Amino acid sequence: MNLLAIVFVAILANNIVLNQFLGICPYLGVSKRIETSLGMGMAVIFVMAMSGIVTWIVYNYLLEPFGLVYLRTIAFILVIAGLVQLVETILKKTNPTLFRALGIYLPLITTNCTILGVALLNVQAGHNIIQTIVYAIAVAVGFTIALVIMAGIRERLELASVSSFLRGAAVSLVTAGILSLAFMGFKGMMTL
Amino acid sequence: MSTLAQEFSKGIFKENPIFRLLLGMCPTLAVSITAINGFGMGVAALFVLLGSNLVIAALRNFIPSKVRIPAYILIIATFVTIVDMVLNAFTPDLHKALGIFIPLIVVNCIILGRAEAFARKNSVARSVIDALGMGVGFTLSLTILGIIRELFGKGSIFGVGVMGSAFEPMGILATAPGAFITLGIMLGFVNFMFKRLGIE
Repeated sequence: MNLLAIVFVAILANNIVLNQFLGICPYLGVSKRIETSLGMGMAVIFVMAMSGIVTWIVYNYLLEPFGLVYLRTIAFILVIAGLVQLVETILKKTNPTLFRALGIYLPLITTNCTILGVALLNVQAGHNIIQTIVYAIAVAVGFTIALVIMAGIRERLELASVSSFLRGAAVSLVTAGILSLAFMGFKGMMTL
Repeated sequence: MSTLAQEFSKGIFKENPIFRLLLGMCPTLAVSITAINGFGMGVAALFVLLGSNLVIAALRNFIPSKVRIPAYILIIATFVTIVDMVLNAFTPDLHKALGIFIPLIVVNCIILGRAEAFARKNSVARSVIDALGMGVGFTLSLTILGIIRELFGKGSIFGVGVMGSAFEPMGILATAPGAFITLGIMLGFVNFMFKRLGIE
């Protein structure tokens, strides 16, 4: 599989939020301002790449050889939860600047279904280690792009006059729908 | 102390997980393409919620509070694995349609949310009622969304054609943008109804 195709499809044609419905909670929760959504995006890129590598190793060298594939959900979620905790601890000691920038977003990531989702999708697609890393980073970049675009729209939406029943989540969802419609255009360009 | 009936009904109306608490949005958007998918997902989540609330409430005095989150996730993941295997064995079509969203029930915020907010502080009986209420609320909301999207997107309900041959399906409702827009409008409608009925 062409690496470039993986990147294109993961970021645009099959965007993780707008097309695959993963990570909607942080998408609606953290997309109020551009700065916070960028911070969240960076944290997701970082953790996604790490968890992609670790879950690939766990699956191919631990679960598969011992015939424990049915335990993958339990194994992956434990690995991810542990990893997030580890990244947090290591960052705190070694790179306080980065920790301050990502700090508050890290704990939120454990419950972000994109991380577990991408780990499972990688296994399903039978990616090798290089494809896994590329795919994980591309998906996270796609997530960040969707998040930042949404934050930009929402910053203006604050000033618009919206019916009181639709204010908040409802109008955000409709906006996301229109955004998703725009991203559908990329689908015609390339599919895997 | 609220009565058991109130405990049950709050999950369906006042604290409906989808329309009031905005929890579990990912599976909601993804599987509500047809009524049967929505219903299947709802029942799967209901089972996991019931099992995890039961076990967590029963063990609430034994799980040290410092490691409670990993312990809860482990309990939830166990039930999710059971659901995954059962669905794969008995309803392979549904299992295929729900796909990755079955293992992703693990990270569904409703389930961990109920464990953290309810089951660890309440008796087994109350936790079971709470899980039933929340699960039924989730299933109902998902099924209603599924019916709307299937009716207008495909012209059928639960796979049975009802609109007649003259009906031109609105294809967009069966796609990703349709999911977002339908849920957004439904949410606005529910807000409106709640205000009208005076439930806050």
